[in-house]
Amino acid sequence: MPSTFAKVPQSNRSLRKALLLAAAVILGTLGATAVAHTQENQNAAPQAATPLSGPGATQAPANAEVHVMHVQGKVYMLVGAGGNITVQAGDDGVLLVDTGLAPMSQKVLAAVRSISDKPIRYIINTHVHADHTGGNEVIAKAGETIAGGNVVGDIGASAGNQATVIAFQAVLDRMSAPTGQTPAAPQGAWPTDTYTTHEKKLYFNDEPIEIIHEPNAHTDGDSIVFFHKSDVVSTGDIFVTTTYPIIDMQRGGSINGLIAGLNHIIELTTPKAMQEGGTMVIPGHGRLCDQSDVKFYQEMVTIIRDRVQKMISKGMTLDQVKAARPTLDYDPRYGADTGFWTTDKFVDAVYNSLSQKQ
Amino acid sequence: MRSRTGIIGLGVAIVALSFLALAATPANAQDDPSGEWSPRFHEDWEERIPGPEIGDYLGLPINDADRHRGDAWDATLIEIPENQCRAHGADYAWRGPSGIRIWKQVDLATQKLVAYHIYTSAYNESRIIYMDGRPHPPDYAPHSWLGFSTGEFVGDTLTVTTDHLKENWVRRNGIARSDKATFTEHFLRHGNYLTVAVVVYDPVYLTEPFIRTTDFVLDEHQQIAPWPCEPVDEVDRPEGVVPNHFPGTNPFLNEFPAKYGVPPEAARGGAETMYPEYRKKMKTMQRLPRPEKKKPAEQ
Repeated sequence: MPSTFAKVPQSNRSLRKALLLAAAVILGTLGATAVAHTQENQNAAPQAATPLSGPGATQAPANAEVHVMHVQGKVYMLVGAGGNITVQAGDDGVLLVDTGLAPMSQKVLAAVRSISDKPIRYIINTHVHADHTGGNEVIAKAGETIAGGNVVGDIGASAGNQATVIAFQAVLDRMSAPTGQTPAAPQGAWPTDTYTTHEKKLYFNDEPIEIIHEPNAHTDGDSIVFFHKSDVVSTGDIFVTTTYPIIDMQRGGSINGLIAGLNHIIELTTPKAMQEGGTMVIPGHGRLCDQSDVKFYQEMVTIIRDRVQKMISKGMTLDQVKAARPTLDYDPRYGADTGFWTTDKFVDAVYNSLSQKQ
Repeated sequence: MRSRTGIIGLGVAIVALSFLALAATPANAQDDPSGEWSPRFHEDWEERIPGPEIGDYLGLPINDADRHRGDAWDATLIEIPENQCRAHGADYAWRGPSGIRIWKQVDLATQKLVAYHIYTSAYNESRIIYMDGRPHPPDYAPHSWLGFSTGEFVGDTLTVTTDHLKENWVRRNGIARSDKATFTEHFLRHGNYLTVAVVVYDPVYLTEPFIRTTDFVLDEHQQIAPWPCEPVDEVDRPEGVVPNHFPGTNPFLNEFPAKYGVPPEAARGGAETMYPEYRKKMKTMQRLPRPEKKKPAEQ
């Protein structure tokens, strides 16, 4: 078992370069408007992704490292592979929430092996973006499903040859394509077990696991994952500590859905004492958190939403709203003038999301 | 002659004894802050105990973003159950209504100092200052109200560096200190008096380091009571509501400058307002009319 902090972080600069390279490559698989972002202080993601082509497709970010941190119970957090990865390990095997960028797959596997040598049984995708699903194909193939009974019927005869990849149905819809058309991601990366209801439950490693759909939040396919005994929630990109929330409206995201998701995370979590500790929260990007960190973030996002909503109600145009700077008090913490997800784009998304007819 | 020799001999002996006494002094004779310390509230009483006035940002080296956070802040935010038991950050905790207990932890085999422990009665805060040279955690480790602290003696003074903090107050009227902040503390002991000087560095909300001291008196008979906190639903609100003032609509911001005769411009704070020479500038600024004092019958 690894120590609490298994690896010492190396140069932020080299990590940033590596992750940006990987992000640029992988974003191409989901099209030029795909949404992804990197770790703390790494907002300078590519302005526009290039199509996946040439040697860049397989070029691994050699300098990036994956760090392992024990969260509590049977749950660990892997940092540095793109989006944060959650690992739950025990006698039944290994379960991952998200798989990071594709070029980081081998390093993710090595990190998983430093935690457990048991088979990888499940991967749960919190949403479609490539910094969370990029490693699906390689990592799923490294695992195996206990097949038989209706499991084979559900996920096919080759079910036992790889880990089961669980996601909300919209994730599969967006990664795949009708016959004859080019899918956004290779078939080996697609979810093999989707759900369309409010939630899906598993019992794995002596622990109830709740996979809960949060409608139209960061995207239209978001899931959060609650490990009940370990008392850990893995949020995907509904909650990040690094930037303003990314609302991928082209893939069904909305500001009100995202706030509803944050409110739900707060409802699920219980602090130990003085609003600290207790249920731990693994964000899509950034540091390990607890309820109070989510609450601060929810307050920030809600206040900005309320301001923009009030400005829209007054008949203000998008340009007028931007000129009024509704994010002014939070910009030094979450804002960015350059990079992939600027403050300007966040305000665009909030305004457009609230202006959409319901 | 004999007496002169005796005087010289006595002098030599005194000098020699002095050197011996110095040599016998332990190399680590630093000012140990251990003890039961009782707070003294005379310093900044009005800010600390009744609580700061809305819109009083005087003497705070804040930027425009933090000023706007203060303007938007609605005190009813504290009623939200998730906020009722939010503890003070370690940099602000000294200002609380708290008895303080500080004690050493030593390695029993080597008797080396491993850590100082600080218990602050407000919010039951138990803090550790590691003195064994361990590194701070990586940036992806969780943050807490008290952060992660390491200390060393600089001369006789215990000097502590803290990071991994959750967001908290600069002033308890909505002026925030971010989770990116770090701070340095200096424990200045003069016999039975302890002054803790805190220097906060916040790249998000402060334009200059913010320095604040708090005083304590040794109180060996102090008995610290427990401080449990249990959130309750004080007001029935729809889920997710966050009380706040829309920009430009906070009706309370002028109460402070009017009540105390402070120019409204000065009340907005900023690094300049920390320095004594700012008083000269204040003399040229416009003030608001003071509110009329109500007669007893009207109160």
